[in-house]
Amino acid sequence: MSGTVTPPLLRMSDVHVRLSGSHILQGVDLTVRRGGVTALLGRNGAGKTTTVKAVLGLVPSTGTIEFTGSDGRNQRLSGRRTHEIVRHGIGYAPEDREVFGGLTVAENLTLAERRNSPHHHDRVYELFPELKQRSRQLAGTLSGGQQQMVAIARLLLNDNQLLLIDEPTKGLAPLLVAEVAEVLARAAEEVTILLVEQNLTVVRRMADDAIVVDQGRIAWSGPAPELMADADRTRELLGVATTGGHA
Amino acid sequence: MSTVVLLTITGLGLAALYFLVASGLSLIFGLMGVLNFAHGAFLTIGAYGTWWASDHLPGAGSTGWGFVLAVVFGVAVGTAVAALIELALIRPLYERHIEQVLVTVGLSLALVALVRATWGADPHPFPRPEWTQRTTSVLGANVPNDRFLLIGSAVVVLVAVLAFLRFTRFGLIIRAGVENRSMVTALGIDVRRAFTLVFAIGGAFAALAGALGGIYLGSISPGQGTSLLIFAFIVVVIGGMSSITGTAVAAVLVGLVQQFANYYAASGVGDLSVVLLLAAVLLARPSGLTARLA
Amino acid sequence: MNRISLRRLVPLVVFAVLAVLPYSTLQLPGLFDGVLNSPGTLQLLALCLIFGGVALSYDLLFGFTGLLSFGHALYFAAGTYAANLALTELGWGLGAALALTTAVGIVLPLLVGAVALRVSGIAFSMVTLATAQVGSIIVLQDPGGLTGGEEGLALDRDQVPDAFVGVLNTVNLYWLALAYLVLVYVVVTWVTGSRAGKVWQAIRENEGRVEVLGLQPYRFKLLVFVIAGLLAALGGITHLLLLGGSTPRTTTSDFTLGLLVMVVLGGAGSRWGAVVGGVLYTYLDSRLTDLANSPAVQDLPGWLRVPLSEPLFLLGTLFILVVFFVPGGIAGLVDRLRERRAGRRSGGGGPAPGRVVEQLREQVGAGLGGANPRDGV
Repeated sequence: MSGTVTPPLLRMSDVHVRLSGSHILQGVDLTVRRGGVTALLGRNGAGKTTTVKAVLGLVPSTGTIEFTGSDGRNQRLSGRRTHEIVRHGIGYAPEDREVFGGLTVAENLTLAERRNSPHHHDRVYELFPELKQRSRQLAGTLSGGQQQMVAIARLLLNDNQLLLIDEPTKGLAPLLVAEVAEVLARAAEEVTILLVEQNLTVVRRMADDAIVVDQGRIAWSGPAPELMADADRTRELLGVATTGGHA
Repeated sequence: MSTVVLLTITGLGLAALYFLVASGLSLIFGLMGVLNFAHGAFLTIGAYGTWWASDHLPGAGSTGWGFVLAVVFGVAVGTAVAALIELALIRPLYERHIEQVLVTVGLSLALVALVRATWGADPHPFPRPEWTQRTTSVLGANVPNDRFLLIGSAVVVLVAVLAFLRFTRFGLIIRAGVENRSMVTALGIDVRRAFTLVFAIGGAFAALAGALGGIYLGSISPGQGTSLLIFAFIVVVIGGMSSITGTAVAAVLVGLVQQFANYYAASGVGDLSVVLLLAAVLLARPSGLTARLA
Repeated sequence: MNRISLRRLVPLVVFAVLAVLPYSTLQLPGLFDGVLNSPGTLQLLALCLIFGGVALSYDLLFGFTGLLSFGHALYFAAGTYAANLALTELGWGLGAALALTTAVGIVLPLLVGAVALRVSGIAFSMVTLATAQVGSIIVLQDPGGLTGGEEGLALDRDQVPDAFVGVLNTVNLYWLALAYLVLVYVVVTWVTGSRAGKVWQAIRENEGRVEVLGLQPYRFKLLVFVIAGLLAALGGITHLLLLGGSTPRTTTSDFTLGLLVMVVLGGAGSRWGAVVGGVLYTYLDSRLTDLANSPAVQDLPGWLRVPLSEPLFLLGTLFILVVFFVPGGIAGLVDRLRERRAGRRSGGGGPAPGRVVEQLREQVGAGLGGANPRDGV
């Protein structure tokens, strides 16, 4: 895989983000190759979430962000509006799920239907039968795990090329963590995933590549197994022992 | 007893006006985070548009269908002005809320001044269909018919806007946008189109309030919208800033409190009570300003 | 002599020029109708100086602390009506009236602020708007014939020192207005440079961070609210002496909006910017009214005459243009020109004076869009 010359799916060059006077991203350079799962790792406050938001145009950034979809055309994402970026086939599941609590489950999914994509309600309900039973329930009354299912269902409803998923297992019970990881692993067979994750068990199981952010810069990138195998480096970069579960 | 009935129905009529202005304000605030000071000007434009049309527009007049046509014209002008303002002046300042509010402040001054410059500062008698002047006996009280017209219009608008929010895709986008605007854009939706829409809807309701207010008061003057706007703001805050049903309930509360206190205490006390009501609500639930649209 | 100390001298030079101005018989055709020291011109200049001061008191709230109050008119109006009642109804002397105005100017904003500052963002703006509306209603209701209702309340000049009475003494009123402006300027300079001033600035930039530092933003906000209210009330008494009466126009929300326009026009967060904004707005308002009534405009075709006949239309339009094309108002414009001449961009330091509206976007913007707490990082 690493020998191919096709351009990476996503490339960020010298991306800076300043918010409320803080310099949060200080020249991020990274690439995400097509296919598989790339884990975005780092301590709390390192800039992982901001990196993802910069890709989506949810925070103002400087620098270059490019996306090369399956049509082979190179698209410059930086400076575009969020909804235009998303329409290139980029799905986003934010850290706190951000499902619409005042809308029903079905309404949450209807809202997520993108005009330029077929809608796979069947696939979603097959993956999460529970959501079908609860389709008329307000999303705000769901448990955290069920809300995460809605957030992931929104991603899988449309045809996407890249999924940006921010800490999908945060705050979930171990059984649910396994279930979410299973669903994401199945999704990864068809679509590239950039996964922000603190749970190293999940990372070890799913990630092909890893990128470590530290103080707004990329501190390490390479094959995930290599990072996971190096206990000293993991402790140094992430401040955790690799044998641990949650950070 | 008949006094209470008359006061109640009149209070509800006033509440209807407040609701028509406040519902648009709360939709705009809820979705866009913009406090629209130009909303009073939309009301003034609706009132003057109706008044002008009843005299000048072919087919329009001050009775029957002619009057309906005049009101439709006034509402259309208010809607168009509101939508144009959103497109030309609010949209370029996307997400810059302070500047957006400042622009609406400038508009509120400029538009009202323009109306005053064109048609003078003095009140003009407003065309009123004759039947609105008559009274209907309710439980022994002789209630002027215009009260029923106000209440009926507000109820129709309330039902229509709730249905719109509940059953259309734009309604879905607006409800979701009130909750979390940035997540809506992250689903690939251009939320700015919904912005123009809520401005147009708000402008239409305010213009309708202008025409109905003209019937209620019998005359129109350029400053009318601004004075109504302050109470509409209060209704919006009490109602929870971005909830349509909350706004409706608050409008009824404010309208009734104002009528009864003005009658039983002294003129002006009702207005003061409304402000006290606002202070009480805010002190009791400073964070209780919910953002649920239903 | 380096540039910095030269710049510090500017306010003193301006003050000196303004102080000796009444001795000038200069004729400025077009700008003023009479010679500079004619009573009419001095009256207009005095009005400009007062509103320069009131605008600066409002800037203390909006520009320096980020509090978008829509009720600042209340304290100005309270000043003029309290002093007027003391002088006219109670027959007190000017000193006692001043003492009463000061007391009102402290107690009233303290009470309102104590309630209003319990909420933030737009809810705060609404409470200030509503309380100011109470003032307006009370004045218009004319309780006990005390406020004169729509007619306003004429000042009984018996209790006013002779030096401030009569057309020939307009020059003294001019100096009084100048003294008021200097007082506001000195107080604002002093308090914004103090420790509290630093906290206000921090509140404007990020209130959450102030709380993290263990400070209570509420107390600091209440302090600035009271100081600004008191300064406005003192402006009210000066206004009363100058005009010889109180008018209900000063209680309206339009009056507060006028203050907001002045500050944004001149440059929010800039001392001299706010003053220039207040002076310019007041001058334009007066001159545009004269212009509207002049034969030159009356003879114009309708489509030109109608908009030109309303100063508020022109001022509102000018204001929108400034918001769009001159961010930071006059102070921001001067700042940018200075940067360009110096041939460098302003470094990392704090926000350039006058350009806080740009800075406020994130902070107050988030407060305004309170329904959307997840917009941040």
